[in-house]
Amino acid sequence: MDLAPLWLSARLALTATAVLIVLGTPLAWWLSQTRSKWQPVVQAIVAMPIVLPPTVLGFYLLLLLGPNGAIGSFWVSVTGDALTFSFTGLVIASCVYSLPFAIQPMQNAFEALPRKNLEAAWTLGASRLDTFFSVAAPLSLRGFISAMVLAFAHTLGEFGVVLMVGGNIPNKTRVISIAIYDHVEMLDYAAAHKLSLALIVFAFVALFSMFLLNRRWYSR
Amino acid sequence: MSTVALTHSIQKGEFFLDVDTEIPAAGITGIFGESGSGKTTLLRCIAGLEGPTGTEPVHKRRIGFVFQEPQLFAHLNVRKNIEYGMRRNPQAGNSLAEVARLLEVENLLDRSTKELSGGEAQRVSIARVLCQSPRLILMDEPLSALDERRRNEVLPYLDRLHSETSVPIIYVSHNIDEICRLSDHLLVLDGGKIVAEGELQNTLARIDVPQLGGRNAGAVINATQRRYDSEFDLTLFEFSGGEVWVPGRHESSAVRLRVSASNISITRVPAETSTILNILPAVIEATAMETTATALVQLRLGDELLVARITRRSLQQLQLGVGEQVYAQVKSVTVRR
Repeated sequence: MDLAPLWLSARLALTATAVLIVLGTPLAWWLSQTRSKWQPVVQAIVAMPIVLPPTVLGFYLLLLLGPNGAIGSFWVSVTGDALTFSFTGLVIASCVYSLPFAIQPMQNAFEALPRKNLEAAWTLGASRLDTFFSVAAPLSLRGFISAMVLAFAHTLGEFGVVLMVGGNIPNKTRVISIAIYDHVEMLDYAAAHKLSLALIVFAFVALFSMFLLNRRWYSR
Repeated sequence: MSTVALTHSIQKGEFFLDVDTEIPAAGITGIFGESGSGKTTLLRCIAGLEGPTGTEPVHKRRIGFVFQEPQLFAHLNVRKNIEYGMRRNPQAGNSLAEVARLLEVENLLDRSTKELSGGEAQRVSIARVLCQSPRLILMDEPLSALDERRRNEVLPYLDRLHSETSVPIIYVSHNIDEICRLSDHLLVLDGGKIVAEGELQNTLARIDVPQLGGRNAGAVINATQRRYDSEFDLTLFEFSGGEVWVPGRHESSAVRLRVSASNISITRVPAETSTILNILPAVIEATAMETTATALVQLRLGDELLVARITRRSLQQLQLGVGEQVYAQVKSVTVRR
């Protein structure tokens, strides 16, 4: 059985999750702490991928990442490669697509931090950044884990955006959901079954181990 | 004597805090006021948690802050909590061992913060502040979240803090008993402004400050223990204006006695056959109307001042005037420290 699409999906989901945690944390922190009048605007933009059909998202991403798009043309001028129909392009698209699923759990965790607990850290001599790493982040561990699980799972299951931005290139953009779709199109139900089952097992094992870790960490 | 300047003004909606004064750079300064008087806002301004931006950042001020709730970090055990401030203030002088002994938290060091009682947690939070070797310690009603029993459990440690550390402390409370017990200097705040300030005893005995009237009216006197009468279980204390008997056995030699205004009555002739044990000669220093029915009388006994609440009718009938010699009948006294 050709499991390459499964590994490609896993690699994509892991990369997108890592990028989302690194870049999403400051954004989630800002959203949770700011009193700026722009907060609701940014909040709404971040939540957009939840309500938009993946095709709409994929369509605009295709335009933006394409060789004539703002980001795509810049990428071509720097690297010489196109972003569309490439793994990197898929990672960018996945990050946009899964953004709210990473941001919201982190933001909720940050908002639940007692303000006075942070103030206590400041009065004890910790700078804002120090307070984030020594108090806020460890106390928000559950939020980080939820963000990782959701971002990973959501990216693993994406279809429409990938189809629009990535196409169907084996070992590059042919992720598992596309491969399954292909098999079904060609009426190769046996192959579709195998990949679908592999995805179900993989998704279960991945989620189960993360929830298990979450529980262990929490009860510690 | 060196002082700490407190100059803060801040507008918060309808509320305007405007404070400009100096307090002694030693001992405990009590800030007393009802809720909404601006006590907490003032403390937060001093710490830098509120007020104009662009001033020295909070974490560089080395001002310890003890909150109402202990605000321990749940992901760190007791020892790591205490070390948190210490690590971030390398110039720190207080050692963990010393501080742990002072607050008797040695046995709690390896516990998780979840395993602490409310009183223990507040002691740990005070230890944490001491270990950062602050220049000034601010305490924002540190006992108000505790029940009576836990409060009495923590109070002796605050007494100890008072006698064994040299860091000035500002102690905010709406509980006059805590203020009487702990502070040396007093600021009374109302509507964001200071309405009375000065050395504790003289300030408390003022009868012209409404915030110090009502159930807060009363005074504090310094006394020394003379002897214990085991037959009747009474302790005799002596002060510059005479002697007082207090129920129970009290060991400490130097004490603060709190006499509430409603526990003093005034007579012109000392009663020979009274159930009241303590009848002391006094001179009327001042009188003031309190309500339509009651008046407050400030009495001088030796070097000490007492406040008595009497009815306006009695004031008139006995024709009590300033400078007159009377007798204060002291019904009950509480030993504060």
